[in-house]
Amino acid sequence: MIPLQAAAMALVAVFALAVALTRDLVRLAMLSSLYALTLVVLFLVFQAPDVALSELVVGGVAFPLVIVVAIVMQRGG
Amino acid sequence: MTRQLRIGLFAVSASGLAALLLWAVAGLPDFGHYRQRYGLLLQQVAVGERHATNVVTAVVFDYRGFDTLGEELILFASVIGVALLLREVRDEAARLRDRMRSDAVGLIGIGFAAGLLVLGLYVIAHGPITPGGGFQGGVVVAAAFAIAYLAGDYRAYRRLTPQPALDFVEGVGAGGYAVVGIVSMLLGSAYLYNFGPLGEPGTLASAGSISILNIAVALEVSAAFVLLFTEFLEELSVMRAQGR
Amino acid sequence: MSYLPYALAVWIFVVGLYGVVTSRNFVHLVVCLTLTQSSTYVLLLAIGYVNRATAPVYADVPQGTKAVDPVVQALTLTDIVVSVTVAALLLALAIQVQKRNGTLDPDALTEMSG
Repeated sequence: MIPLQAAAMALVAVFALAVALTRDLVRLAMLSSLYALTLVVLFLVFQAPDVALSELVVGGVAFPLVIVVAIVMQRGG
Repeated sequence: MTRQLRIGLFAVSASGLAALLLWAVAGLPDFGHYRQRYGLLLQQVAVGERHATNVVTAVVFDYRGFDTLGEELILFASVIGVALLLREVRDEAARLRDRMRSDAVGLIGIGFAAGLLVLGLYVIAHGPITPGGGFQGGVVVAAAFAIAYLAGDYRAYRRLTPQPALDFVEGVGAGGYAVVGIVSMLLGSAYLYNFGPLGEPGTLASAGSISILNIAVALEVSAAFVLLFTEFLEELSVMRAQGR
Repeated sequence: MSYLPYALAVWIFVVGLYGVVTSRNFVHLVVCLTLTQSSTYVLLLAIGYVNRATAPVYADVPQGTKAVDPVVQALTLTDIVVSVTVAALLLALAIQVQKRNGTLDPDALTEMSG
């Protein structure tokens, strides 16, 4: 296991804890995208470019959009 | 059950679960010493048999094509669920004109949307050759339409994505996958068996029915995600129009 | 040391469950559910990894190069795209709950009525 993989895994562990512990919803939207980015780096280092591409487009576009819309609708209601 | 009691119960059971899980994964082979024969066999024969240089796409659409049929039907069903929950008869006049006021953002956004559309089509078309495929490229194409909303008018976005067209394209994608399997049966082999001209590995027209299934999945995924975005954004614009 | 990726998957799973149990908002709950699901991706890819091997794409490397397992990658990549759709369905449910009850706190919605 090369040091690059160890560093990527440490980042993923830290961001997973951050996503579970945060309470503010706007920060949660941002943090979930950042967690998806760390997962992309981890998947690339595990030699899986297809999976990394999939997680990148989903975590960068689709997931934040639905979360932000849900947050705005919660505030407005 | 109070909150404190629930969290205490969770702490006890989660430590037990974590201990059991760690003991379970300690029985796996060492990280990096992969021993299963199926994966190693696939690496040696996949390019020769199917003429697809991206072995992952060959697995998704050919060797494990039946699982992909199930996965895309999950996607289809959950988009139907979202449409059922959020789509209702809405008053046309009560819709707010949701316009981005900056021309610079609009211009840059349209440039990005065009670029993203081309990138999405490139990723879809090169599925059997390089990393990519219908799933990834479909989401990129849907993202191009979402940028049209973010950079401009909500009404412009709705004009670009008419509801009947989206429903039709998604149905064609999901049903087309199942029908291609039946064509394979009519040609005398098993359901979803590879057929068609195999071509030269590394060119765009290769890998037989993998390319056709790739396009069906790309149609379905892009239409499904645009429908998803439309349902959510419609709900938002109705809520803003009612002044809530 | 070589079991660290598997331990990472277990860590993410338990952290996601903790987020679900102690959540005060349905949107946060759905995000933590997706977090728990992502632990399975890490586990699958860690199982398929081969030391000093490359990605299973032979567009520019010669045939027969040692590569990681393609089957687990196939399972994972369809799962990622589908999981966001299921998360959107759960968020749509949460929006309906918000419309009918005015709150998104799981602790305040413990009783069934009607």
